[in-house]
Amino acid sequence: MPLAAPAAAGWLIASASEPSQLLPAREQMAFTLGFHIILVPFGVAFTFITMIANYRALRHDDAEALLLAQRWSKVAAVLFAVGAVSGTVLSFEMGLLWPGLMGRFGAAYGIPFAVEGIFFFLEAIFVAIYIYGWDRLPPWPHFWSGLPVVLSGVGGTFSVVAANSWMNAPSGITLRDGKIVDVDVWRVFFNDAFWYEALHMLLAAYVVAGFAVAGVYAVGMLRGRRDRYHRMGLLVPLTVGAVAIPLQIVMGDVIAREVFKSEPAKFAAIEGLSRTSTHVPEVLGGVFRDGELRYGLSIPDGASLLSGFSSDTRIRGLQDIPPAVRPTDRLVTIVHLSFDVMVGTGFLLLGLALWFAWSWWRTRAADPGRWFLRAVAVSGAVAVIALETGWIVTEVGRQPWTVSGLLLTRDAVQRSGNVWPLFGGAIAIYAGVTVGAWYALRALRRRWAAGADSSTPYAPDDDPVPASTR
Amino acid sequence: MNTTIAGVLLVAVVLYGVFGGADFGTGLWDLTAGGARRGARPRALIDHSLGPVWEANHTWLIFILVVLWTGFPAAFVAITTTLYVPLGIAAFGIVLRGSGFAFRKVSFRTAEQRVNGAVFATSSVLTPFCFGAVAGAIASGRVPSGGHGDPMASWLSPTGVLGGVLAVLTCGYLAAVFLAADADRLGDAELEQWTRRRALLSAVLTGAAALSGPFVLHADAPRLYDRLLHVGWPALVVSAVAGALALAATLRGARVVARALGVVAVAAVLVGWGVGQYPYLLGTHLRIADAAAPPATMTTLGVVTLAAAVLVGPSLVVLYRLAVRGRL
Repeated sequence: MPLAAPAAAGWLIASASEPSQLLPAREQMAFTLGFHIILVPFGVAFTFITMIANYRALRHDDAEALLLAQRWSKVAAVLFAVGAVSGTVLSFEMGLLWPGLMGRFGAAYGIPFAVEGIFFFLEAIFVAIYIYGWDRLPPWPHFWSGLPVVLSGVGGTFSVVAANSWMNAPSGITLRDGKIVDVDVWRVFFNDAFWYEALHMLLAAYVVAGFAVAGVYAVGMLRGRRDRYHRMGLLVPLTVGAVAIPLQIVMGDVIAREVFKSEPAKFAAIEGLSRTSTHVPEVLGGVFRDGELRYGLSIPDGASLLSGFSSDTRIRGLQDIPPAVRPTDRLVTIVHLSFDVMVGTGFLLLGLALWFAWSWWRTRAADPGRWFLRAVAVSGAVAVIALETGWIVTEVGRQPWTVSGLLLTRDAVQRSGNVWPLFGGAIAIYAGVTVGAWYALRALRRRWAAGADSSTPYAPDDDPVPASTR
Repeated sequence: MNTTIAGVLLVAVVLYGVFGGADFGTGLWDLTAGGARRGARPRALIDHSLGPVWEANHTWLIFILVVLWTGFPAAFVAITTTLYVPLGIAAFGIVLRGSGFAFRKVSFRTAEQRVNGAVFATSSVLTPFCFGAVAGAIASGRVPSGGHGDPMASWLSPTGVLGGVLAVLTCGYLAAVFLAADADRLGDAELEQWTRRRALLSAVLTGAAALSGPFVLHADAPRLYDRLLHVGWPALVVSAVAGALALAATLRGARVVARALGVVAVAAVLVGWGVGQYPYLLGTHLRIADAAAPPATMTTLGVVTLAAAVLVGPSLVVLYRLAVRGRL
């Protein structure tokens, strides 16, 4: 997890004589959100991938597709559980870490979360029916019980991102003496940043889930298991990821121009631009120091061309921001580099998708080469890096604001008690959960590799007691 | 509308207390089920009963949080800036409970199952204690309207500890009556006996703890005591009667009746708490109306609640029916 970036950001803010809680609170939020967001794609998109295999199994009476779908849903059960509980922690943290945000803006900011509550409920209910219903529900009704999971994944993503985008582009509230006195619910939810952020995250979920699941079977094939089962396990999710990534790249290009128009401060940090000017170069890499982006690879007029299709496009620089609320040099570096990494990893995945399309067209991917499999094997991790850096761009890029222009992060933070022990506990517990998940998924893999799909619950190793309940 | 949303909040608390509570309570019996061999079958039963429903039941908590922070942001902040210690522990407990349960279900070796099971079971006891203590702190008026109350004395007060102990015991009791009904449905007489013994034990302990309640509240939270006595008493009477009848039903082996009465007994206490506190959200100092968000927000929450009733309600019924009929 790219924790170094938000860590550095937090340290810097703390060192500038901020409330003492700000550093651990930001660290903890970054850490727990960064952890949770890796699981989100599996809650949102994995069921869709599973349903493709399930459909094929039912439609073509395909036993291997059925086995894949059933096993995938067991993995999804584990990941969904961890995702559900780590998401709950984020709900608690809204109050434990950011009472200043909830107290002042809960009446508006909370609304998308209330809507999300319905989707999460539906998701939890139908995930259970889908995961546990394989053996006893009739096949087609069981198949369709997966559809509410897919749809509530979309609805849940849109709701949570509506809350986040509202922080970037707050609207729909009437303030009097700093207190919300009226709320236009529609404009809170469908704020100016809503559509592009929501679609971006939804596509990201499909990109991450697609490449990550495909990667598992690429590893299996590299180890010599090149049977039809593994090929299908590779092709189904890889196709989903390969369809999503070009859409994501086009989407990303549109979004960058939207951010240019509606969030100039964030855009200036992304470009590492100090002075408002035209003919702005696109600088790849580099470090922002003393108001200048150094050591980067500069493409003349690039940023101006990309943001307004003309080298005369004027881009506002960081110096237009009042010094009191201007992001520090180090924050600018983090945002700028994260953006570069996100775009770079996105293009790597696009390259893999094109490679896949080409080899499919040439040989129907009858015998994917070792280098192709190696690329697929790491593509899930690459997609996660893109996901994490994307969130760093939008979150760190908003600093020092929590609600853009309305609430500074230092005014949102918890002032009671000490956040450090909570943060320490979070690191220890999440590390334990990560290890536990690793062992649990490994146990599933080993059992399946041995061809055993039914489990023996809670019997001592030497004396398997038959399951009394099934 | 403000009162309606507060009522929605209370209903959600009751549903979470009953269904989420029953899930947490299984942890108590899992923890005390004995070694790997002896505890294998009770644990398999717990696994079977909990597996399909715990995430849906857990969602009531999310619903409570989002309604509270959207509808009554001032109360939410007052609570989180005072009770951050038990809430923090509960948050971690939730992570460990859910993860431990999900991991144990798929882990293969006894050693791994043991670690995951212990994590699941311990956190299942710790979390309801914290929630009960939070409720006790709120009810006894130890959360100031402006927040930043005493971080330890607020929930480790007599009322807070009583709330925590009662929560753990009622969770255990609910779990035992639910598990007894499940064991009966599966036709496992031995397990049915096993769960029935635990239902009886926890019923007696819960009753004893509840009887100490009036003395504790009288000494520690006189205003709450007063309001419970004058306004909340019918609910408490219902709870006591239902609890006694449930005990009798358990003794006679009427599992389904015992389960229904047990649910009524627990729900009535929570309803009594809510009714006794009306028109206040926190203790007897922060009024519902004073903590409420602007009308447009409250109307939206009303619409969300209706949507939840239409969409989530029937879905939950389908899930429970499938689970009870052994289709999952």
